Amino acid sequence: MTKAGRFPWHIVVFVLPGFFIYTLFSAWPLLDTLILSFFDQNDTGARWFSGLDNYRLVLLDPDLSAGFWNALWNNFKFFLVHVLVQNPIGLMLAALLSLKDLRGARSYRTLIFMPTLLSVVIIGFIWQLILSPLWGVSETLLEAIGMANYFDAWLGKESSALLTLALISVWQFVGIPMMLIYASLLAIPEELLDAAYVDGASPLRIFWQIKLPLILPTLGLVTILTFIGNFNAFDLIYAVKGALAGPNFSTDILGSFFYRTFFGFQSSLGSPTLGSTVASLMFLVILAGVMVYFWLVQRRLHRYQL
Amino acid sequence: MSTKTKKKVNTALVHTVLLFYTVIALFPIILILINAFKSRKGIFRDPLALPTEKTFSTVGFEKVFAKSDFVLFFGNSMIVTLVSLFFILLFGAMLAWALSEYKFKGRQLLTVFMAIGIMVPIRLGTVSILELMVSLDLVNTLTALILVYIAQGLPLAIFILSEYMAQIPDELKEAARCDDVSEYSIFFHIILPLTKPAIATVAVFTMIPIWNDLWFPLILAPGEETRTLTLGVQQFIGQYTTDWNSVLASLSLAVLPVLVLYLIFSRQLIRGLTSGAVK
Repeated sequence: MTKAGRFPWHIVVFVLPGFFIYTLFSAWPLLDTLILSFFDQNDTGARWFSGLDNYRLVLLDPDLSAGFWNALWNNFKFFLVHVLVQNPIGLMLAALLSLKDLRGARSYRTLIFMPTLLSVVIIGFIWQLILSPLWGVSETLLEAIGMANYFDAWLGKESSALLTLALISVWQFVGIPMMLIYASLLAIPEELLDAAYVDGASPLRIFWQIKLPLILPTLGLVTILTFIGNFNAFDLIYAVKGALAGPNFSTDILGSFFYRTFFGFQSSLGSPTLGSTVASLMFLVILAGVMVYFWLVQRRLHRYQL
Repeated sequence: MSTKTKKKVNTALVHTVLLFYTVIALFPIILILINAFKSRKGIFRDPLALPTEKTFSTVGFEKVFAKSDFVLFFGNSMIVTLVSLFFILLFGAMLAWALSEYKFKGRQLLTVFMAIGIMVPIRLGTVSILELMVSLDLVNTLTALILVYIAQGLPLAIFILSEYMAQIPDELKEAARCDDVSEYSIFFHIILPLTKPAIATVAVFTMIPIWNDLWFPLILAPGEETRTLTLGVQQFIGQYTTDWNSVLASLSLAVLPVLVLYLIFSRQLIRGLTSGAVK
């Protein structure tokens, strides 16, 4: 509350520093990037408005568009692996950890969450070494369980490189769904579970019919967070495969495609305006995901919320 | 089977699954750490063995320190992370307080404006950020990184802190206002100390992505002098791919500080994750 007549300077002082930095280095660059995507430029750096030309080039041009669609499609596969592998494992671990009277739950939690904290770059290199046929660690381990024949240079093959990278990312980030789901499982009121237990429901039935419906909003949240993270990923691909996202662009996702378009690679020059166009398209993809989340998923899930 | 034995079997099963996954989570990290202390022969002959008297060697670490400026990179990462963190917490708390306490024109609009930053990754603005930094003559400075990270960290900080501040009872502030205490000292002397738990949560959440980031150091500050640890390791390994001792040692050097910090602060972090994050 402020007294009438006196200008509330303190509000300005509280708001201004953060507002200024956020606007100048986050909000404005995002807007400027959207604007830039409608411009073209020549070698001298002169820019002019070119309408939708860049978008036509990236999305439809017979030579250039293949790269974009390939990256987008790969990115969807990358995301799908996370949804199908990371979230179920996270859910299972959280369900086990939240069991009543489980000894050592805190230690399990702490240790399983550890990889999530490390840099994606470091994780990428670590797995590159472990999967390397040169070192032979994975081969030895597979041999121990009689599956040595299945070993292959997964990261080097066009057919398996993307899946392998996605699984590495799953391995690293499974701690996040685990923790978020675990927290929402703990928040379920005791009485509800006790009532079911007294009625003679088995733990499995309690999980499927009572707990799971109650934590659906959290699963939705985890999915959209994964979506945003995946469609903005770059570090892992760059660390393991470099900017070219080989072999033969089979691990190229939007982040690495954006980087190459902006900075160029090998003989082709980078272009800030085309880079902006790719970034704007990434923005649209993320925006579409967020909108689907808010309008479709969230609305339906709210019915179950307490 | 009696219910008692059945229960025991179930508990054993649960522990088996959890233990199995814990091994999967830790094995790669431990493997790197033990092999970093071995000679080249030891690394290849028996990767799974602990270093013995015969295979123990620190040649990798010696090479890393001789061939690259790890101490400098580490210092750069520390400066960037700590300075960014300080300003995110200070400016974030100030903004969160203004948004949760005062009724002023455009408050709702400002809240939405700041929330955009939670959903839209700042990376998408990279083209303009780089051009802005060029025009401000900040390329290859730590300042460029710090400014970007502050902008990146503020939205989430404001979101978490303002939720927390809204729960502070009104009587505390009203009593201070009756005593004619200024709005500034209400914030700095009453509100900030009360917000400590939430500030700790925000600190951990914002620190990790900054410390681990590769993208902005690669684009805004790739120079030798301003390289952060993550970028330094990435470039070093790119250069010495075939020198396994050096590669393993540099990875261990990047992992160890984070592991030590995590083991000290894991309780705080997990409490933050399981209480503040989901609401």
